[in-house]
Amino acid sequence: MNYLLLIYANEADLMGLSETALQKVVSEYADFTKSIVQAGNFKAADRLKPVSSASTVRVRNGKTMITDGPFAETREQLGGYYLIEAKNLDEATAIAARIPGAQFGSIEVRPVWQMT
Amino acid sequence: MSEGAGAAAIEEVFRREAGQVLATLIRLLGDFDLAEEAQQEAFATAVEQWPLHGTPANPRAWLISTGRNKAIDRIRRDILFRTKISGELGALELNTDAAVDAADEEVFGDDRLRLIFTCCHPALNAEAQIALTLREVCGLSTQAVARAFLVGEDTMAQRLVRAKKKIRDAGIPYETPEPSVLEQRIEGVLAVVYGVFTEGYAATVGMRLIDIELCEEAIRLGRLLDTLLPDRAGVMGLLALMLLHDARRASRTSDTGDVVLLESQDRSRWDRREISEGLLLVDRSLSIRGQVSSYAVQAAIAALHVRAEDSSATDWPQIVGLYEVLLRLQPTPVIELNHAVAVSMVDGPARALDLIDSLAARGRVTQYHLLHAARGRLLQKLGRMREAREAYNAALSTTLLEPERRFLAARIAAIQGICEAPVSG
Repeated sequence: MNYLLLIYANEADLMGLSETALQKVVSEYADFTKSIVQAGNFKAADRLKPVSSASTVRVRNGKTMITDGPFAETREQLGGYYLIEAKNLDEATAIAARIPGAQFGSIEVRPVWQMT
Repeated sequence: MSEGAGAAAIEEVFRREAGQVLATLIRLLGDFDLAEEAQQEAFATAVEQWPLHGTPANPRAWLISTGRNKAIDRIRRDILFRTKISGELGALELNTDAAVDAADEEVFGDDRLRLIFTCCHPALNAEAQIALTLREVCGLSTQAVARAFLVGEDTMAQRLVRAKKKIRDAGIPYETPEPSVLEQRIEGVLAVVYGVFTEGYAATVGMRLIDIELCEEAIRLGRLLDTLLPDRAGVMGLLALMLLHDARRASRTSDTGDVVLLESQDRSRWDRREISEGLLLVDRSLSIRGQVSSYAVQAAIAALHVRAEDSSATDWPQIVGLYEVLLRLQPTPVIELNHAVAVSMVDGPARALDLIDSLAARGRVTQYHLLHAARGRLLQKLGRMREAREAYNAALSTTLLEPERRFLAARIAAIQGICEAPVSG
């Protein structure tokens, strides 16, 4: 089964990290990614630019509306994701728990709809 | 095959085997709904055949193979209708009778444990965990589960459907968890079992039959876990705790359905068999090294209450000590409150009142009626009757349980007499 692991964290906290602290997080992510590639769970991953760069698009009555910012203002913001393949939810949550961001933010684990 | 079986005897077999038959069918068929239908069809077939041909020598194996065969027939029909060929059928037929007949207690035990862990999976919400466990593991009807939660049968049926959909969609495994998370997951299972018990016990006032049933189911689950996960402090501690509480059930309410406090309970009505089993389990649980379970500590407190010949013989200093251990393991407001009440029995009501006021000041209490009722009793003991009456009134306004309301109203009425007596000087 495929799962999308959505990484949420408080951006302001991340921005406040020192250069060395940031380097540490980056290298932890590199190690983690390498480990799930080797284990065969990895499908895709990306880090997202901050929500200040986000735009939201809606089409209503045929009219496209573009607004600044994310769809919802929340305490934690979507900062990146991993798409993984896992045999079940227990394996997926165990992998999610190893994402460095789980230490300070939270990871939403969403099964991906299987298109047949 | 034995002689033709009577309806009552068949009912008894179903009651005993329902949980096991379902658990194994879920493993064989890999799907909750399919397994439930198969179980029902197997039972229906048994009701037709057993009175004529007798009960099979191994009713469990018979029910499982019949259920599985019915499911295979169903899948075959579906395939014929939809001409959709899947690998499912082939795999199912490999798990044929040999697999069921050769299965021993260990295999059956593993099936039940798997089902328990699935129903108590932390990815399901707490209420869904309890409802699923009652329905799938205990085999209670949807109607009975609905009664336990005070909701309509349709509402409960929908909740169960949603929970099973989550299991399927999220890929919650039908498996015993990995060793690395096993302890944590067992704690979750124990919380569900205790949730079932307290659901029944909190309201057990001789008014609702379902409450007694819930207590019995929780104890049955506790025993099952003790068999499947032997020598675990938490499992034994929880079972002990439930037994020692349940032993006092008959004496907790008067014939008129009123609350009877521990100190006034008729100790001759306590269930001695449950007590001796509970006491043995407390000792066993506490003797396991390196594992201190908060359930076992609570059970040890209950044990000190039931060991006392009468309420005046209660070993309160030791109870206070155990509450202090418990507060370190589980610092919750309810435990703080109970600790304060125990302190009042050792150091007097004034000191206990300080503890309760400090607890109230921190504003963490959720069950306010308990706090107000405890304050009322302490104030009454201190002779501060007007304040006691206020506290009881506050308790009365925050509890919904009818017998508790009657109990509080009686306390207020008793104080009323004292307060309204003419005061001279």
